[in-house]
Formats: sequence, structure tokens, C-alpha cells
Amino acid sequence: MKQLKSFIKKEFFHIFRDPRTMLILFGIPIAQLLIFGTVIKSEIRDVHIAIYDQSKDETTMQITNKLLSSGYFLLDENLGSTEGIEDIFKKGKVKEVVVFESNFGEKLIREGSAHVQLIADASDPNMARLVTSYTTGIINDYIRKLHPNLEMPMQIQPEVRMYFNEEMKSAYMFVPGTMALILMLISAMMTSISITREKEMGTMEILLVSPLKPGQIIVGKVLPYLILSIINAFVIVLIGRFVFGVPVTGSFILLMLETILFILMALCLGILISTVAKNQMVAMFFSMIALMLPTIILSGFIFPIENMPEILQWLSHIMPARWFISIIRGIMLKGTGLLFVWKETLILIGMTLFFVVASVKKFKIRLE
Amino acid sequence: MKTILYILQKEFRQIFRNRTMLPMIFGVPLLQMLILVFAATFEMKQIDMVVVDKDLSAASRELVAKFEGVPFYHIAEAVQDETIGEKMLLNDKADVVLVIPVNFERNLVRNDKAQLQLLVNAIDGNTAQLIFAYSSRIISSFNQNLVAEWKGIPEFTPPALVKIAESYWYNSELDYKWYMAPGILAILVTIIGMFMSGMNLVREKEIGTIEQLNVTPVKKYQFIIGKLVPFWVIALFDLAFGLFIAWLVFDLPIVGSLWLLFGMAGVYLISVLGLGLFISTITETQQQVMFVSFFFMMIFILMGGIFTPVESMPHWAQMVDRLNPIFYFMKIMRMLILKGSGFFDFIEEFVSLSVLGLFFLSLAIWRYRKTA
Repeated sequence: MKQLKSFIKKEFFHIFRDPRTMLILFGIPIAQLLIFGTVIKSEIRDVHIAIYDQSKDETTMQITNKLLSSGYFLLDENLGSTEGIEDIFKKGKVKEVVVFESNFGEKLIREGSAHVQLIADASDPNMARLVTSYTTGIINDYIRKLHPNLEMPMQIQPEVRMYFNEEMKSAYMFVPGTMALILMLISAMMTSISITREKEMGTMEILLVSPLKPGQIIVGKVLPYLILSIINAFVIVLIGRFVFGVPVTGSFILLMLETILFILMALCLGILISTVAKNQMVAMFFSMIALMLPTIILSGFIFPIENMPEILQWLSHIMPARWFISIIRGIMLKGTGLLFVWKETLILIGMTLFFVVASVKKFKIRLE
Repeated sequence: MKTILYILQKEFRQIFRNRTMLPMIFGVPLLQMLILVFAATFEMKQIDMVVVDKDLSAASRELVAKFEGVPFYHIAEAVQDETIGEKMLLNDKADVVLVIPVNFERNLVRNDKAQLQLLVNAIDGNTAQLIFAYSSRIISSFNQNLVAEWKGIPEFTPPALVKIAESYWYNSELDYKWYMAPGILAILVTIIGMFMSGMNLVREKEIGTIEQLNVTPVKKYQFIIGKLVPFWVIALFDLAFGLFIAWLVFDLPIVGSLWLLFGMAGVYLISVLGLGLFISTITETQQQVMFVSFFFMMIFILMGGIFTPVESMPHWAQMVDRLNPIFYFMKIMRMLILKGSGFFDFIEEFVSLSVLGLFFLSLAIWRYRKTA
């Protein structure tokens, strides 16, 4: 026991004496949360547009003013013909061109209808769709206000209630996601690399001939990261709560227990990687390339899982982060208890056990 | 020149000797691209809806039938109680609950007005907004048909109407894969460039072989070039291979000039590799290199406009992005591949990238010390 204690102490020293490790352990989570919170926004603002107004009458001027005063659009250029559209799109700044037909206002009054064409640069499809739908909304709104007394008979009025996230803050999405990503990467990457490092440097041999049992070596390697990851999870929840206003509606204790389970799972995965990888480079590739992007993309963190092709939806089942994100979203945002997340919890426990068994089988106490 | 050739020979041999590295360099990234590009989409495929119909009238049934007729609405179940609907929102079994209150039809006929409720799971705000928009569009079209049928008005038209035609250039189908494929490729190329070069140099430090190199007459710049070129070549190969697969599998059109694309990628990689090498000169172990590069890369990727548009970021973030090589490269890649922009369209980005590349590379050469 005493040996184990001093071994753990040694591991802590290893971590704390290197500011670069600390940068990863605490810098990344905080920087990432803050970036997600302030920088990453998918709504549109100040999008550059160009206008080709063939009629230049009062109506089109008013619509143009409406568009520009909405805060969504900035006028970049008034075009004189359709020729230039290709060129300005190729420069990349302008995302949409609004084309009013000639005699717009007159046609609107006499014939009851007039045409507007919206040409969007769809090399970013999401942006293109957002931009055209905002423009359409503003134009329709303008027309509706021309006839304020117009009312349709037998009107159905849908009324919407946004559950779990009334203000539709994006923080509700990224705080649980970031937590999963950070814990996964740090726990799996850190352990796998620190164990392979001992192998590569030859110090593993020293550890193996020491009176420490293999199990104790593993515990000693894992424990510091477990503690640090728990602290991290704590910090993330706190920043989420006090900087971005993401509540913990459910039980805080359950949240922490689930988090510890997830961290344990990631640590075991890290150990498994380290038993397979020969050197740090390979370990890094496993935990970085094979874990990072799939965790970001296949877990439902940014892209909803329901939108994926069926095969990938199946594939996402093997991503631990998927289950964890669904658990913490349930607990933090919906206020659900274990009754609602028992299935996900069992899956995480199962994965942990699998990784433990697999790494025990693979762990070699002798060096080749 | 000859010295550099020998160093290169050594480096290439060392890289290709390691059998586990080869699938890592070529296989894993491309496999990932194939899988992830399909996954990275905001396009909705299916909306799970639960209907709570308390009215059970002709109008309410017709409305439900209308929703059932829309292919991507999946009407999960009809329940009588709102609380069951709410529970299904909690369970993730439903995305939206449609509540049709009692007397829906009566209100509609007598008062010319009737309320409906849509309860949307809004944890993902974007999706929630889309669900609401789709659903209200369906309801309003149902509404118009209803008026036409019951009141005998052929089609209700307001006195003034603007007909809005939308056209989407460069990607008329709004295929999200075309947008994501260059993005994911850029990430993979960056990971390979930045990490491998940095780790490779530090590995020599760690196992002590750098001492042997330091006592040779190899010059500082020769050494750095020897470390840079192999990964530069590998990353470009990966890019070529990835583009080929994207073209084959996703029908990604490559409108612009390929030569120009690779020229730009070459400049970009110099800046990334330079940064990687610089990090490796200020660190002692592979672990440290990895951590520091990981830190920068995470920030570069998230701020580079791969997943979310740079234009929506706050002003200060856009200023910071001027130091971010991924930001320029992403812009160039997408402009060139989809729109066929020429060199003069992104000359500004090219100059910035070159300056960054020169800066990082000279920093790496300057900081590399031949004395231990």
C-alpha cells in the first residue's frame, strides 16, 4: 500500500512539474468552452450581400432598407447587370445577390404580384439556406405590413413551446458535448501516452521488476488522471452554469457519478490502447485520429445523429461519447433521473468492463 | 544540396520502416473522411412527432393525415394525454408533440380562429427552429386547403404578392457533403503535417540520436528542411488521395485548377509544418509536443470556419483568425474546388499564408540549437 502511495505521488509529480501538460489538462477545456460559447455561432449576422435593382422605385428602396436595417445583412455593392455576379461570388465575400425585376412597385400594385430573385452562393449550403430564408422572411414581412387589416378566415394559429431550452441557447448543446469530448480525449490520450512512454523510454522495465504488482502499476497510472478529470468535469459544469447559464436541473450527485463512470471507461480505453501501441507515436495516432474526429462528429455533439445515414447511426452506437452525451443532456437539461438513463448507463458499464478484460488479456508483464 | 538529399533519404527510410505507421498515414485518415463526411450534416431526415388529439374531429384528423403524408414526418403514436407526450420528449422518443385542443374544429368554424400547440425539444436550438418552421408551413398549407374546401374560396390570395425565386449557385442541390469533404480533408492533412513533423524531431531528442546529428556538419536549415520535406510530401499525397476519393464517392466537382490547389496546399503545409517544428524545438518530449500542438490545433480547427461560418463570429475572433493558417486554407480550398476561383481572387489569402509560413519556418530554424 505504501509503495502504491509513493508510486501515485511520483505520477502526480510527473504531471505537475510540466507546465505543458497542465496546459492541456486545464487550458484546453477552458479555452474550448469559451471559444464554443463566444465564437461558434451558427446564426447569421452581417452577411455581405449585393443588390441588382432593375426598377429603383420606392418599393424596392424600402425593401432594401428593410434588409439592411435588419442587422443580418451588409450591402457590399449595387450591381448594374447580372454579368458581375459570377465574379463577386468567386471573390468569396458576397453570399447572396438580390435581384428585383424592372417596374417592381408598379407590377405589385397593378398585377398584384412582382418577382424577386435570390441568388445564393451555395458553396456553403447551410449558410445559403439560412440567408435566403432570412431574406424571404423580411420581404414577406414587408408585404404583410402593407396590408395590416388583411385577415384570413378560419385561421389556425400554431403556438410553440420550446422545451428544455426556452431561449434556444447554443450553450445547451455544447456544454455537454465539450464535457464528453474533453474527458474522452484527456483520459484516453493521457493514460495511453503516459504508459507507452514508460515502455518507449525503457522505464517500464524498472517498474515491472519493482515489487509493485501489474495491477498496482495500472492503478497508479490511472488514478491521477481520474482525479484531474473529475476536477475538470467540475470546472466545466461550473463555467457552463455561471458563464453561459446552463443549469443542472437533475441530481448533481447522479451527474458526477455518471461522469466518473465515463472517465473510468475512457481511462480503460486508454490502457487498452497502450497495450496495443508500441510507441507514443502510434498511441497518439490511435487516441487522436481514431478518437478525436469521430467523437466530435459521430456522437451527436455538433451534428444530430438522426440525420446520419443508417449505417452510421449504427456505427455511432459504439461511440461511448454518444451515450454519455445523452445521459448528461438528460440530467442537466431535462432533469431526468436514473429511471430514464439506465440503459445508457448500463452500456457504459458494459464498455468499461469490456476494455478492462481486453487490456488484462493484452497486458504483458514481460518485455519482448 | 547533396547533404539534404542524404538527410531526406534517411528520413524517408525511417518513416517507411515502421510498418504500423503506413496504415496510420494513409488508411485511417481516408477511411475517416469517407465515414465522417456522410455523418456531418445538418439536413433533417426524419422528424418524430407525437400527436395528442383531444378534439377527434374531422378537421383534426385531416390535419394529422396531412402530417402523415409528409415523408419525413414520422408520426410515432397517437396519445390522449399531454403528459405522455412530454414523457416522450424526455425519453428522446419524440422531437415534437402536436397538441390539438378540445373544440379545435368548433373554434375554427364559429370564431374563425383556433389554437394549436407545438411542443419542441429545443436542446438543439437550430434543429428546433427548423422543426417549428417545417411544421408551421405544413399547418398553414393545411389551413389554406381547409379554407378552400369549407368556405368555397378557390384559393386564398392576398392582394399583393412578391414571388420569390431562389437559386443556389455552385451547389444547386445544397449537398452538404461537398461542403464538408474539403473541410475534413484539411483537418486530416493538418493533423498529419503538424503532429508527425514535430514528434519526429523530438523523438530524436528523446532517444538521443539528435546528438549524433548535431556533431555532423549538417547545417541548421538543412536539418530542418530534411525534417520538413518528407511530411510535406506525405501530406500532399494524402490530400491527392483524399480528393480523388471525394471525387469518386461524393461526386465532388473540382472546378478550379488542380495545380493551383496543390500549390496553395504546399504553401499552407509549410506554415503548418513550420509551426509543428517550432513547437518541437521548444519542447523536450513527444508528450509535450503532442499536448502543445493539440492545444493550438483544437483552437485553429474550431475557429477556422470548418464547421461554422467565420462571418458569424465576433469581431475580435475574426481578427485573431488572421493568424490562423487553417482559416486561409479553408477559404481557398472551398473557393477553388466549388467555385473555380482563380489566383487573383484569393491573392490576399495567399500572401497571408506565405507570410505565416515564412514566419513559422524561420522561427523554427532560428530556435533550433545545434548545441545541446
